[in-house]
Amino acid sequence: MRVLMKGTEAMAEAAIRAGCSAYFGYPITPQTELIHYMARRMPEAGGVFLQAESEVSVINMVYGAAAAGVRVMTSSSSPGVSLMQEGISYLVGAELPAVLINVMRGGPGLGNIQPSQSDYFQSTKGGGHGDYKLITFAPSSVSEAASMVYDAFDITEKYRHPVMILADGALGQIMEPVSLPEQGANKPSIKNWALTGAKGRPANKIFSFYLDPKGLEDHNLRLQEKFKNINDEIKYEEDISDDMEILVVAYGTVARILKNAVQKLRGEGRKIGIFRPISLWPFPESALKSASMKSKQVFVSEMSYGQMLEDVRRIVPDEIEIKFYGRAGGVVPSPNELYIKLKSLLEGGA
Amino acid sequence: MSNQILERPKSLTQKQFHYCPGCHHGIIHRLIAETIDEFDLRENTIIVQPVGCAVYIYEYFDTDVSEAAHGRAPAVATAIKRVSKGKFVLTYQGDGDLAAIGTAEIVHAAARGENICVFFVNNAIYGMTGGQMAPTTLPGMKTATTPLGRDVKKQGYPIKVSEMLAPFEGVSYIERVMVSSPKHVIKAKSAVRKAFKYQLQEKGFSLVEFLSACPTGWGMPPVDAAKWVEENMTKQFPLGVYKEVGLDD
Repeated sequence: MRVLMKGTEAMAEAAIRAGCSAYFGYPITPQTELIHYMARRMPEAGGVFLQAESEVSVINMVYGAAAAGVRVMTSSSSPGVSLMQEGISYLVGAELPAVLINVMRGGPGLGNIQPSQSDYFQSTKGGGHGDYKLITFAPSSVSEAASMVYDAFDITEKYRHPVMILADGALGQIMEPVSLPEQGANKPSIKNWALTGAKGRPANKIFSFYLDPKGLEDHNLRLQEKFKNINDEIKYEEDISDDMEILVVAYGTVARILKNAVQKLRGEGRKIGIFRPISLWPFPESALKSASMKSKQVFVSEMSYGQMLEDVRRIVPDEIEIKFYGRAGGVVPSPNELYIKLKSLLEGGA
Repeated sequence: MSNQILERPKSLTQKQFHYCPGCHHGIIHRLIAETIDEFDLRENTIIVQPVGCAVYIYEYFDTDVSEAAHGRAPAVATAIKRVSKGKFVLTYQGDGDLAAIGTAEIVHAAARGENICVFFVNNAIYGMTGGQMAPTTLPGMKTATTPLGRDVKKQGYPIKVSEMLAPFEGVSYIERVMVSSPKHVIKAKSAVRKAFKYQLQEKGFSLVEFLSACPTGWGMPPVDAAKWVEENMTKQFPLGVYKEVGLDD
């Protein structure tokens, strides 16, 4: 059954249907509907809802619930996610599964509450201290956001590594018809390592402290091996042909807006393809590389001044020209604005 | 034939403590472990450990243990207690951990009346990092970051944690004890037991504050350090019960 829901609410309901039984949050715009929804729904579903005193506490509550072996989630927006970085590093170090949602808003600092994509670096390049990257998925519709959250609970348990759903303020706020995933089809895994009391087994310990350098190096090597396996989770969407004039690369809300411009230009007979990374880390490197080699130019657009752009530059062969168009500060580029930009590139403009 | 009259509590592993001579952590660990055994809670206990000298608790206690980031143990314990029905959850924290970087977490856990026990070791100094001023450092006390002594005009006054948290309605029991002599160890043990009972009877947040010696950080021989707890710390931090809402029979 399809229901009309806001992005934030659809993600919350999808989490509950994935067996998420604990949610910790702190109010921050533009994702407050998610915490409101959880405040109402989580007790109904028999789970734990708690509004904490700060995002610092939130992420440590997530850590505690994950250590106790339950499916746990939090959501926040950019400044709040900055405060969580210490705790995210500890989740990684202690190999605890958790689903995190960042409904990105404009920064830096207090910035504003409008949609943005300027936390790409923070999410995909580390964020907290230590040698790690966060599994990051970026939805571009309410429906996709809901199924992504649902699947994220399996993925985070599979690798014992936190998963970030990197949405933006637009996606959080829009309402769309969504087919919600089924309750109970997705089951929490058995966690022999969780803290449940040392009954009939040796005591379990959750920690990331290795005083001995060799011990910490071994721990890191094991993590690095694990990270390689996460390449299995690479996801992207492409609509390309063999002889493109331009390949458009964008994620999330911007990819969605660009689809309109691409359709319009195709209607005018132009050969344009679109490539949308869905997993931002691990990034769909080989797929993007081969797609880009079928095009004369690559066009990257983001609601930032070029964060994913750095990955695209790293991946696309040097002989292919890369053009960039970014808006920031909470300004969402309009379909017509992107159409005009692409049109001018096709006509040899900068 | 000899009789064994004392043994290691079952809730401790065989691992030898790394603590300095005269440090009180070892005694406090033992009191908690003995009480876990007495209430037959070893298989039901989850300990949340701090960052600081007690960072190796996970090697010393034969119970489930979670490390927490510096100061965050009350938040971690809150979640563990709330998602784990019927488990016994305690945090073990020092003064830097609980009263400086983790002030927000301890205050809000107390205000929410989280049904956990907090064992707070106050030795008036950062031990592990090399003896810097703590929020509980006494006025005039010399530390690595107050080489001329804590000047209250510049560095402010010590935080009295037990007095600060006692007024919260969510708090069921708070007592300040010390372990500087056998007599006081026995009193401290009784406070630990009481804190356990408050959680077991679901009365809400309980905390025992231990005035504790750090001979290395203070630059004193162990015997002098224990004496210093009794003569100086108790003036700033008077012993006694600060909150007691009452237990069921």
